[in-house]
Amino acid sequence: MNKRKLSGKEIFFETIKYAFLIFLLLIFIIPLLTVLFAAFKTGNEYATTSVLQLPNSFLNFENFKEVMLKGNMINGFKNTVIILVFSLLGAVFTGSMAAYIFSRFKSKFSKFVNGMFLVAVMIPSIASQVATFQIISGLGLFNTRLAPILIYCGTDIMTIYIFLQFLENISVSLDESAIIDGANYFQIFYKIILPLLSPAIVTVVITKGVGIYNDFYTPFLYTPNSDLLTLSTTLFKFKGPFGAHWEIISAGIIVIMIPTLIIFLSLQKRIYSGLVSGSVKE
Amino acid sequence: MRTNAEKVATNNTTQIATSTQNIKKKFGFSSLPYKKQKIVISIVFLFIPVLLLTVLTYIPAISMFGYSFTDWDGISKTKNFIGLKNYQTMFSDIKYFQPLFVSIYYLIATFIQIGLAIIIAYLVSFGCKASGIFKGVYFFPSLVNSVAIGFVFLLFFQPGSTLDAVLNMLGLGGFTKLWLQDTSTNNISLAFVSVWRYIGYNIVMFAAAMASISSDVLEAARVDGANKFQQLRHIILPGISTILGLQLFLSLTGALSAFEVPYIMTQGSNGSMTFLIQTVNYAFVNHRVGLASAMGIVLLLLCIIITSAQKLVMNKKG
Repeated sequence: MNKRKLSGKEIFFETIKYAFLIFLLLIFIIPLLTVLFAAFKTGNEYATTSVLQLPNSFLNFENFKEVMLKGNMINGFKNTVIILVFSLLGAVFTGSMAAYIFSRFKSKFSKFVNGMFLVAVMIPSIASQVATFQIISGLGLFNTRLAPILIYCGTDIMTIYIFLQFLENISVSLDESAIIDGANYFQIFYKIILPLLSPAIVTVVITKGVGIYNDFYTPFLYTPNSDLLTLSTTLFKFKGPFGAHWEIISAGIIVIMIPTLIIFLSLQKRIYSGLVSGSVKE
Repeated sequence: MRTNAEKVATNNTTQIATSTQNIKKKFGFSSLPYKKQKIVISIVFLFIPVLLLTVLTYIPAISMFGYSFTDWDGISKTKNFIGLKNYQTMFSDIKYFQPLFVSIYYLIATFIQIGLAIIIAYLVSFGCKASGIFKGVYFFPSLVNSVAIGFVFLLFFQPGSTLDAVLNMLGLGGFTKLWLQDTSTNNISLAFVSVWRYIGYNIVMFAAAMASISSDVLEAARVDGANKFQQLRHIILPGISTILGLQLFLSLTGALSAFEVPYIMTQGSNGSMTFLIQTVNYAFVNHRVGLASAMGIVLLLLCIIITSAQKLVMNKKG
């Protein structure tokens, strides 16, 4: 089909198409490219050259040093990693257990609980923080890492969908043959189902992990203590002390984007399929 | 050297251990009939998810409803019941509603975003070279940290910065503005950031749906003389209708609750206040939790209306 000779009209269409796609490419790349350039410029250089101009040297790491030492990015990394690890562990366990019940035991009770998760999607979570905040501080969790961890552990419907989709592809006859061998349901879950769910777990860890890594509002609201700042809130604080020093702020932006870029480049296919399986449920 | 007491203690513990093992064998989980096991495991496995969901989502939603009838400031121990006064205050003064008009910018942006995303997904899905690179670059922003995105565009829109430089380069220097301060452009600029950030996500979704449409069908349509637009209208769109509906309504509620990027970039200054920024400000800055709760409830109702409309439309289609 591809070998078919293109007519004049089609060549015209193809040209327009690629011109349009490349034009869009520029719209996406230019804002990021100027940040990259700025991150390698000295303060003086940034003030005197155009933003679109290449830095004198891509080996000027002064801004990155400044970000790491004075900007407290290392502390931010530490807190983000701690929160990520515990939230993801929690989310994987709660999500896979709930999905297991929903897919294998279709009782009225499990359907009701499934419905509770579905309805919860409609509640705009940022607005209800007005009241969630009272609960978290009532539990004495304000300014502790446990506050964001608990909030992220709360299973969302997307995590459940991802697990459900994989569970539906795991044949129930596997469960049944384990029952014949005398296994109980806990054993079936931990020894048979959970290992088979590992691709789903990877997907959940990526999609949910990216969400947690990028979230600004939860740490902003619940852990304002300077020792507990995450990467997001640390970067947000740059607005004050580094005010107009865009070369330093840019270095901070780049630092925060590097892990995301690495994850994206190495797991692109997984991320796409994860998003799709999390959003469509037949 | 172990003392006698220690020996006795270890003996005791081993005894206890073996006896609990016996109990486990007698009354353990495995010995239960599978019907009872099902009940036990359902309760055990759902306990934590349901607890978290109840405590962190449902109780807040319900108590927010309760707060909305009080004059609570969020700090003092007393709250007085004042009936519908918060709602009256909200509906009687246009300043509380102004932010909903700001949502219109985001709503329009949403429609443009979805429309563009369909076209782009169509272009990269069928017979496109380097489609992986295009899709990857368009998609990457939706994975990036909100604060980073906010700052990238604070720099982008700075006077004399990226946007101005590009306009100057193209000989359009006369159009430069204080993009984020000028009330005629600030909301458009912010809505643009939202489109820039999320359109790639829509493109990937639509492209995934289009992947199930065979290019043979399109080829056959082409042979029969259908042009690109007709192919898009009569083959592609029906093929992706489910995911299109889902994305559209998701983006609509997203537009209504626009928050993070405008909050990071302008804090709602110069008329760029969104409804959610206003709600959060009343709750945590002005200490009027009662009024903020009423706003939260209004937003909740709007989201429920949109979601119900989606359910209705999707069910009608079957």
